[in-house]
Amino acid sequence: MPRVVVHVMPKPEILDPQGKAVAAALPRLGFEGIASVRQGKRFELEVEGEVTEEVLATLREAASTLLSNPVIEDVVALEVEDA
Amino acid sequence: MRIGVVTFPGTLDDRDALRAVRLAGGEPVSLWHGDDDLQAVDAVVLPGGFSYGDYLRAGAISGFAPVMGKLVDAAKGGLPVLGICNGFQILCETHLLPGAMIKNAHRSFLCRDQPLRIENNRTAWTTEYAEGQVIRVPLKNQDGQYVADDRTLAQLEDEGRVVFRYVAGATHGPAGFEANPNGSRHDIAGITNEAGNVVGLMPHPEHAVEAGFGPDQPGEGTRTGTDGLGLFTSVLRSLVA
Repeated sequence: MPRVVVHVMPKPEILDPQGKAVAAALPRLGFEGIASVRQGKRFELEVEGEVTEEVLATLREAASTLLSNPVIEDVVALEVEDA
Repeated sequence: MRIGVVTFPGTLDDRDALRAVRLAGGEPVSLWHGDDDLQAVDAVVLPGGFSYGDYLRAGAISGFAPVMGKLVDAAKGGLPVLGICNGFQILCETHLLPGAMIKNAHRSFLCRDQPLRIENNRTAWTTEYAEGQVIRVPLKNQDGQYVADDRTLAQLEDEGRVVFRYVAGATHGPAGFEANPNGSRHDIAGITNEAGNVVGLMPHPEHAVEAGFGPDQPGEGTRTGTDGLGLFTSVLRSLVA
């Protein structure tokens, strides 16, 4: 089954408290030299049948309607992977 | 007057909201997220909690529940709707109110009795208060930081749609968050839509409706606070008017 991967990230101008928490923990574990961290989400959607342009348009709509909130997040990538 | 309170999977404060409606003199009506039916109620409260475990984003999945389709249409038609905490998040996710909530800027869950200034006493839920009055109600959340773009914030301010603003006087909290408990833009605790029938706020007025079970009221004693009752008596009065 072909798979479509959707990446969602907090908007650049929105403070990312989760990313900040991760960034603060890294040096405590000895991981140095990382200037900042931003944390996003990855969705893997398995698609029934072929991934046509029409299917992709529907998935883009799903990504901007449910998978992300456009007030605080951007869909930064939507990629088709062949299984 | 029949006031509905919606229960979603993971809702916590529906019983408290039903009780607040009863103490205010209304008839509480339980509504179920999976029912495509508002049971002819005169107003609706979306209570607090962690509906759907806050999966995806707080309030995101609840926004598409069957009862919400009916509620969004009714709210656009003027039905008074109050969203408390998770209910506020749901109202933002359904775009009945602008903006969104993200994690508290200090990244911790915070629970405290929170002073709020009434900035707009002309909504369906705030007519029993005086403008500028400071009330004290419990606040308890992790994703309480209200954010919106600058244009939306300017519009909310220009149109007087900020209803509740955080002010100093809480008993405790992380350093730097004495007044504003979570980093919310413009110290916003609650807002309304253009028509004034839909109101959302992060703090919990339904936990401050009965002496003995409310927040501590400085100078009056522990658990004596009933400042939250005014939201529920306001809507009952606005329905009669």
